[in-house]
Amino acid sequence: MEKFQTLTSTYVPLPIENVDTDQIIPARFLKATTREGFGNYLFADWRYDKSGNPNPDFVLNNPTYSGQILVAGKNFGSGSSREHAAWALAGYGFRVIVSSFFADIFKNNALNNGILPIVVSEDFLNDLFECVNKNPQATITVNLEEQTITNNENGRTESFEINAYKKECLLKGLDDIDFLLSNKDKIEAYEKNRIFNY
Amino acid sequence: MKTLFDKIWDAHIVTEVKDGPTQLYIDRHYCHEVTSPQAFAGLRSRGLKVFRPEKTILTADHNIPTMDQDKPIRDEVSRFQVDTLAKNAQEFGLTYYGLGHPKNGIVHVIGPENGYTLPGMTIVCGDSHTSTHGAFGAIAFGIGTSEVEMVLASQCILQTRPKTMRITFRGKLNEGVTAKDMALYMISQLTTGGATGYFVEYTGEAVENLSMEGRMTLCNLSIEMGARGGMVAPDETTFAYLKGREFAPKGEKWDEAVAYWRTLKSDDDAVFDKEVVFDASQIKPMITYGTNPGMAMPIDGIIPEPENGDTASRISYEKALNYMGFKPGEKLEGKPVDYVFLGSCTNGRIEDFRMFANYVKGKKKADNITAWLVPGSWQVRKQIEAEGLDKILKEAGFELRQPGCSACLAMNDDKIPAGKYAVSTSNRNFEGRQGPGARTILAGPLVAAAAAVTGRITDPTK
Ligand code: SF4
Repeated sequence: MEKFQTLTSTYVPLPIENVDTDQIIPARFLKATTREGFGNYLFADWRYDKSGNPNPDFVLNNPTYSGQILVAGKNFGSGSSREHAAWALAGYGFRVIVSSFFADIFKNNALNNGILPIVVSEDFLNDLFECVNKNPQATITVNLEEQTITNNENGRTESFEINAYKKECLLKGLDDIDFLLSNKDKIEAYEKNRIFNY
Repeated sequence: MKTLFDKIWDAHIVTEVKDGPTQLYIDRHYCHEVTSPQAFAGLRSRGLKVFRPEKTILTADHNIPTMDQDKPIRDEVSRFQVDTLAKNAQEFGLTYYGLGHPKNGIVHVIGPENGYTLPGMTIVCGDSHTSTHGAFGAIAFGIGTSEVEMVLASQCILQTRPKTMRITFRGKLNEGVTAKDMALYMISQLTTGGATGYFVEYTGEAVENLSMEGRMTLCNLSIEMGARGGMVAPDETTFAYLKGREFAPKGEKWDEAVAYWRTLKSDDDAVFDKEVVFDASQIKPMITYGTNPGMAMPIDGIIPEPENGDTASRISYEKALNYMGFKPGEKLEGKPVDYVFLGSCTNGRIEDFRMFANYVKGKKKADNITAWLVPGSWQVRKQIEAEGLDKILKEAGFELRQPGCSACLAMNDDKIPAGKYAVSTSNRNFEGRQGPGARTILAGPLVAAAAAVTGRITDPTK
């Protein structure tokens, strides 16, 4: 997994709530057996019209906005557990998703793919939407070590939460499997000693 | 002092990661073709075996046709994905129920009906509706593909302990009101993110009175309000359902198991992080009017005006109604629809088919309706035939399809055409979920049956 430390980038606003994983990557694109190529289908039904042409009204097709950070409305990533949603976001080039609320499974999937989901206050979020409206070149700085996110238009900073283990994984680019495999003896000991065996 | 959740969670802790998640042991792992290929590829590239192969069960369900299953799958990409699952099963030595196998079906239907799902277990699957298995008093939740790889490699997963919530349904349900209506009612009250971060235990008279099928429907939909999972404490109903199932314990082992399972309930003085109480007698048959399961109302209700929330909420609400072709203030009862879908891991079990058949008995399918009746598994289909329900359905003008996820996520050919209205017993009315442009109205099997014979949204209790 790629390491994550700090990032300063312009950002793409998506002021829609309850963006579910069927929107992030519709089911008909889930037939692949590898992790590659999903970026092309990110938000496919919003991004392309019926004949597959880019829909000019959708933000990803608007050249005014770009960057490695997606800023989305509350409850981002609800619905299906498909990790393809995280692969599509990462494949497109996003490394940070900012929202005021994330669905649980999505949050784990994002972290397992080197994408940092950052929860900010409603106020901070609305502020970001307003700033980028006025200035599409507005930037955000994320500092994982310090656990802070800064709106560089007005210098407003919030700190965000991430559990210490996951933070370590992201900073060093390690994944959970490495950790679990180093723990085999504990797993075997557990199997021997459990109270009820299935 | 412990909740049911605490008891099961604590019994599965392998170790606690310092300042981090819990390493949890997994008793049962279900796998299907869509969310597993990249996990098996991961194992291969790391040169790993499956750590405990007997604990993983594979089935093909998401991406399969519901007609002509004896012939090769026509869609080449789908066929490759299903073949990949079969190959992975063989290479890694895992149990696999492929197309046409008598034990094949939707992963959340076949687990319980074969006795693979048992009380007190931890159960995971690369599918959010794994919450279904919580009906047996298990900790069951959906995981992503990286996590599937973790379970295959180590039979463990890293999880942060969720908060606990108890939802009590006091009193009795009215005649004609089903577990699906309870669930849609609950989500409409709590919203789609209302239980995020929580694991829910369902209790109360109305829950105790539910059959195992009904409990599965209720737990299945826990994820639609953001909950990590939902569970019901095991009781006599649970034991009666499980006794004699193929992979449930037998003889002395059964007695031992039941003795243990009887201890699996929340202590009287257990404290939950959140408590919610509903009055079951207030619940009517429910339908959805928007593009998430929280946008639900009683069948005779009126679509509410948008709340005076912030811009994002307003935009989202208008977008949803616009997609559905509905307006605030509109009543949906009596509105014509085009499709009826009975099936999915939410309402594709035998009891759902009994309810549907019972309602349409002696009536006729409406001419304007295309109906897709898709049993959740081959065993469900066999049971339908054994009980003669197929004849009742046929006389009323309905045909049974072959098992699979089908129009629930429309990965196969079962897609609702753009702009058409479908009354569906599945679990998600998201934009495009049942096909690009498809307009889904979620409901229980009785509302679906009433729509199928009248061609309109109809209250089955009237
Ligand atoms: S029936 Fe629908 S919700 Fe259930 S497992 Fe299949 S796709 Fe998922």
